[in-house]
Amino acid sequence: MNPSSTLAQGPNPIPQLQLLGICKRYPSVIANDNVTMSVMPGEIHAVLGENGAGKSTLMKIIYGITKPDAGQFIWQGRQVEIHSPAAARKLGIGMVFQHFSLFETLTVAQNIALVMRQTPAQLAQRIRDVSEEYGLPVNPDRLVHSMSVGERQRVEIVRCLLLSPSLLIMDEPTSVLTPDAVLQLFEALRKLAARGCSILYISHKLDEIQALCDTATVLRAGRVAGTAIPRQESARSLAELMIGKELPVCRLTPRVAGEKRLVLQNLSLATSDPFGTRLQDINLDVCSGEIVGIAGISGNGQQELLKALSGEIRLAQRAAVQIESVPAAQLAPDQRRAAGLCFVPEERLGRGAVPELSLAENALLTAYIPANLPSSGSGMLRRGLIQNKVMAAFARQIISAFQVKCSDENAVAASLSGGNLQKFIVGRETMLKPRVMIVAQPTWGVDVGAAILIRQALIDLRDAGVAVLVISEELDELFMMCDRIAVLSAGKLSRAVPLAQTSINQIGVWMSGDFTGEVEHGQI
Amino acid sequence: MARFEARPSPSRLMMLGSPLIAALAMLLTSTILFYALGQQPLHAFYVYFIEPASTSYGIGELLLKATPLTLCGVGLAIGFRANVFNIGADGQLTMGAIAGGCVALYFQDTQSYWVLALMLLAGIAAGMMWAAIPALLRTRFNTSEILVSLMLVYVAYLTLSYLVHGPLRDPNGFNFPQSRMFGQYAMLPLLFEGLRTNLAFPISLVVVAGAWFFCSRTFAGYRMKVAGMAPAAASYAGFSDSANIWAALLISGGLAGLAGVGEVAGPIGQLQASVSPGYGFAAIIVAYVGRLQPVGVLLASLLMSLLYIGGESAQIELQLPSAITSLFQGLLLFYLLAADFFIHYRFKPRFTGATP
Repeated sequence: MNPSSTLAQGPNPIPQLQLLGICKRYPSVIANDNVTMSVMPGEIHAVLGENGAGKSTLMKIIYGITKPDAGQFIWQGRQVEIHSPAAARKLGIGMVFQHFSLFETLTVAQNIALVMRQTPAQLAQRIRDVSEEYGLPVNPDRLVHSMSVGERQRVEIVRCLLLSPSLLIMDEPTSVLTPDAVLQLFEALRKLAARGCSILYISHKLDEIQALCDTATVLRAGRVAGTAIPRQESARSLAELMIGKELPVCRLTPRVAGEKRLVLQNLSLATSDPFGTRLQDINLDVCSGEIVGIAGISGNGQQELLKALSGEIRLAQRAAVQIESVPAAQLAPDQRRAAGLCFVPEERLGRGAVPELSLAENALLTAYIPANLPSSGSGMLRRGLIQNKVMAAFARQIISAFQVKCSDENAVAASLSGGNLQKFIVGRETMLKPRVMIVAQPTWGVDVGAAILIRQALIDLRDAGVAVLVISEELDELFMMCDRIAVLSAGKLSRAVPLAQTSINQIGVWMSGDFTGEVEHGQI
Repeated sequence: MARFEARPSPSRLMMLGSPLIAALAMLLTSTILFYALGQQPLHAFYVYFIEPASTSYGIGELLLKATPLTLCGVGLAIGFRANVFNIGADGQLTMGAIAGGCVALYFQDTQSYWVLALMLLAGIAAGMMWAAIPALLRTRFNTSEILVSLMLVYVAYLTLSYLVHGPLRDPNGFNFPQSRMFGQYAMLPLLFEGLRTNLAFPISLVVVAGAWFFCSRTFAGYRMKVAGMAPAAASYAGFSDSANIWAALLISGGLAGLAGVGEVAGPIGQLQASVSPGYGFAAIIVAYVGRLQPVGVLLASLLMSLLYIGGESAQIELQLPSAITSLFQGLLLFYLLAADFFIHYRFKPRFTGATP
């Protein structure tokens, strides 16, 4: 990549933004403790840290969403107060959020018009121009509710670029982009930086930070743990600075796959949603003792495929989905679970777990099915009554086995950080002893330590003979843990190739819908 | 700039306490109101809130009026928890009263309490059937159960009106639109000499206990709770949407039907052109004031019953307008919603930036 993209420090020694002694305390946790840092004009500055290290709080303080308890802002050499996001935007600060702030019932153009002094109609053309310029395809007339996570993030990025800010905050912007699109985004960011715009880049992807960023501030438990020049560090040393200890690694030992456990046969699904993706003739086998990865950007049929697999959508052709040779495409989710399928969905709060309920009650959500708990029998329910003790004991088992950080099993799901809740959900599904395990975006927005734990848990399942299917947008992750990999693009699935026979670049090409190099379509 | 900020963790204690806060705020406001109306506030409070409950007869009346509110409120609360909004409890109550009344009139000469038992069952069944219509339309055609159940209220009213003006009219009743009086074995037995409180009240207590058990211990109650809190999680877990809708509507319809029998086999004693002063609608407020918890609903219906009866005595003794009852109900709901808002948000008088 291009290391010359860079510092305009020399001619202009006044920092764009200086933070002095920022503190923010919440009732239960100190989110920021005396944080001091400065960002030079035209600098791409990484903010690194695990989940819960205080990165997001710090960015919300800079963007005027959260009020700090103490500390000063110096903006272009002058002390300022940032009361609100509007004030931040007036100063020239823009932010792309990790959790999107879009109104679902409005179109893209209407959403963007909310922060601009233009009508949606006037904006539409500018949106098209900017999205083309930066290679971030966005249709201004689409309704946000029908868009996938990845597509929504593009809208957020375009919205900020339209405001031509002088400090741009990007919270995990690349987690849902193709490798190619990441390069294009980096090009765009370098262009912006060259014009003097500073960029605060929050990410946990160390290779990206090394490729893109000039400096890095590392946060750990709310404090500044150190600063570094990413290009002079190794990914490993950065990670260790971030988590404060040595990094564990996950191991994938070669293993011969067993019998077919999950078979998709000519799976086609028309969509009723005008912006949904039609699944076309999908064929795939997942065998006992292997991890098959499905790469691709959200919005290419992932949501539809997952619902067809989990049973939330049922199909006409019974044999389109087969679990251990049993035609399952018309079975309800609980029947598929009874047949040995477990599933971790992409959305943790509201789908994988009920936000207002305790972890114990959330354990019951899928663990009620007797067939899945051979050890304790059908212990959680007896004649339709909930056995609270069994339920709580199961939740405690998950919490200790997966190192879920929480007060106890009575903690409400919404009170957990994203990574901890994901550990809980993966733990729950893992401990139900699946025969087939399907996981969507296993580590989306999850910190390094938790991500390794989750991946290792999936690898352990594979080694125990479970058929594991992982759908992810993160290629690095898939290349780290899969035996075979396929690509879902525009509702079509490529064949699944062994990892040794492909490369990130090849998969990247497939992700754009061009399945070249493919000898035959469908199964091998 | 003043603004409201979401609280990081709303207090659980305050969530349970907010009805109490709302009641206190209502009392404070009414103090001012009574002054403005030229009443001694303390005396007015006495007439309104203490006097009705100061005699055993008064307490009997209080429990009598609280009974249909409790029965309807518990059923509605169970439905609301599952995001199934049955607004037509008054119609289901009316249909229950009609069915119970028909049984009572058909077995006019039977000398056995089996008549009463049959009436109660018929009332429950009729309420369920009336609620089954919105359930069927919602699960088959995705029709809004709010609109369907509400519209069916007026169909039920008119059905009752037709019956008491026509087929069921008392032949010796001087053409008044009402049926014959029910026989002795078609009436709910009174609990105490001289009070009008009848067997329906202990039945409602049993229903509250049953509903509490259903909500907190049974898997069916859990499924309905999950469906209400996070519909996507319910379908992820494989809970059937239509089973929840059917359960919610049948339970609330059946209980409203039971309340209807309780009215005609209790204080009314016959079928009349109207059997409910809107208990089914007041029960919606009761369900929310009671925090959608069965025991809370019981307490809320006692409070609501006191508001009804106190309003009547305030009209008689203090010559206050009858609107005072609605005013108090409105104040209570208003303060409850306000208290709930402040549990989830706090007021930031001036949003200051970072100053050392």
